[in-house]
Amino acid sequence: MSCQIEITGLVKRFGDNTVLNGIDLCLEPGERVAIIGPSGTGKSTILRCLNWLDKPDQGTIRMGDVTVDAARATKAQILALRRRTGFVFQNYALFANKTARGNITEGLTTVRGWSAEKAQAKADDILTQIGLADRGDSFPAAMSGGQQQRVGIGRAMALDADLMLFDEPTSALDPEWVGEVLDLIRRIADGRQTMLIVTHEMQFAREIADRVVFMEGGRIVEQGPPAQIFGNPQDDRTRAFLRRVG
Amino acid sequence: MRPLDTAYMWDLVPVIASYVPLTLFMAIVAMAAALTLGSALAIVRVLRVPVLDRIVAVFISFFRGTPLLVQLFLFYFGLPQVVPAMTGIDGVTAAIIGLTLHFSAYMAESIRGAILGVDRSQWEAAQSIGMTQGQLLRRIILPQAARTAAPTLMNYFIDMIKSTSLAFTLGVTEMMGAAQKEAAGSFLYLEAFLVVALFYWVIVETLSVGQRRLESSLGKAVAR
Repeated sequence: MSCQIEITGLVKRFGDNTVLNGIDLCLEPGERVAIIGPSGTGKSTILRCLNWLDKPDQGTIRMGDVTVDAARATKAQILALRRRTGFVFQNYALFANKTARGNITEGLTTVRGWSAEKAQAKADDILTQIGLADRGDSFPAAMSGGQQQRVGIGRAMALDADLMLFDEPTSALDPEWVGEVLDLIRRIADGRQTMLIVTHEMQFAREIADRVVFMEGGRIVEQGPPAQIFGNPQDDRTRAFLRRVG
Repeated sequence: MRPLDTAYMWDLVPVIASYVPLTLFMAIVAMAAALTLGSALAIVRVLRVPVLDRIVAVFISFFRGTPLLVQLFLFYFGLPQVVPAMTGIDGVTAAIIGLTLHFSAYMAESIRGAILGVDRSQWEAAQSIGMTQGQLLRRIILPQAARTAAPTLMNYFIDMIKSTSLAFTLGVTEMMGAAQKEAAGSFLYLEAFLVVALFYWVIVETLSVGQRRLESSLGKAVAR
């Protein structure tokens, strides 16, 4: 099958520290990929480079008909890339001056130029999907962590992105809220939304991912179906990591 | 010690009152201009716009590092000697320009602080949904920064109103200038300056009440 999203030779350095050292990754349409690995191995950086929140130093990113070469990226290309990706942040990163509904409509009205009515209707639909139909007028500060993260996911859903990026979406949550957020992500995954998710929840990765990528030291060490990675890992480093977290 | 000539003071009230509009005019125009310029300067600094950033840093340093009176004299008496276009400048205009530049430097620093006070992740979130730099500043960052900076900016406005009295040194007859003229005629300096002082005090206190109201209503709306 052909790649919907194709990452080739992605390199990212912070000063002398090479965080991503040549990442190649292909996502097929509707494929759900989980990235696991020790802290500080560049898992989140891949996601951030795809959204150009971190500017990659080398490599190309292709999404559908948009191809961006890190060395020659234009503003228009970066915007095109961002408009095809929905990003869910670890710390929710909701707009504090907007209500739950406002957080969801913002990208539609300001970026896509939708009318307020059309955006409202879509936001209300999403609020229902994320189980917050009655909290549309609430500001983030008045919501629980789990509710805030669901709004964060709703904001990304509103973009109808080719690719959804989840950057450790439950790591900042109190344990009591993890379940509801994972349930929501599971439902999005069930809709065969192409997604790349960085997570420490191994059981969850195993459950929803079509493919699990194990990273260490800025490289992809091993990848394959969850049953293989978790059940019969080939590389010593994968085995060592899974022993530690398992 | 002679008693205060209260009858004279009462007579002065309508005289000084007739100059209140000029004082407020200078303060309001300079405030609006300083807010606009100060925001622009703050944005240049926050975004670290190449070259401009350095120029703005020097601008802010100069206007914060020298007295307002010296700056006003520079504009009104100094610059027209070398810049022909400025020869016809009147005192009110010079005072407004001077107040604008001076206060924009201070405001730029507080607005910059307020902008940097907005959680960095909200910038990233706005970028991630495809907003341009201008959109994210206007829709997400500046509205939050404005709330943070509002009390400080209000204090600068109060300071600005009082500083308009310096326009008198440029030959402008505003409240202070009018009091000075009256006193020069009657020799009742204490009465004249006491009246003008009370005028400033009342104006500033009125504003402070407004400021407290504004802050408490903002406080309710701020959901942080």
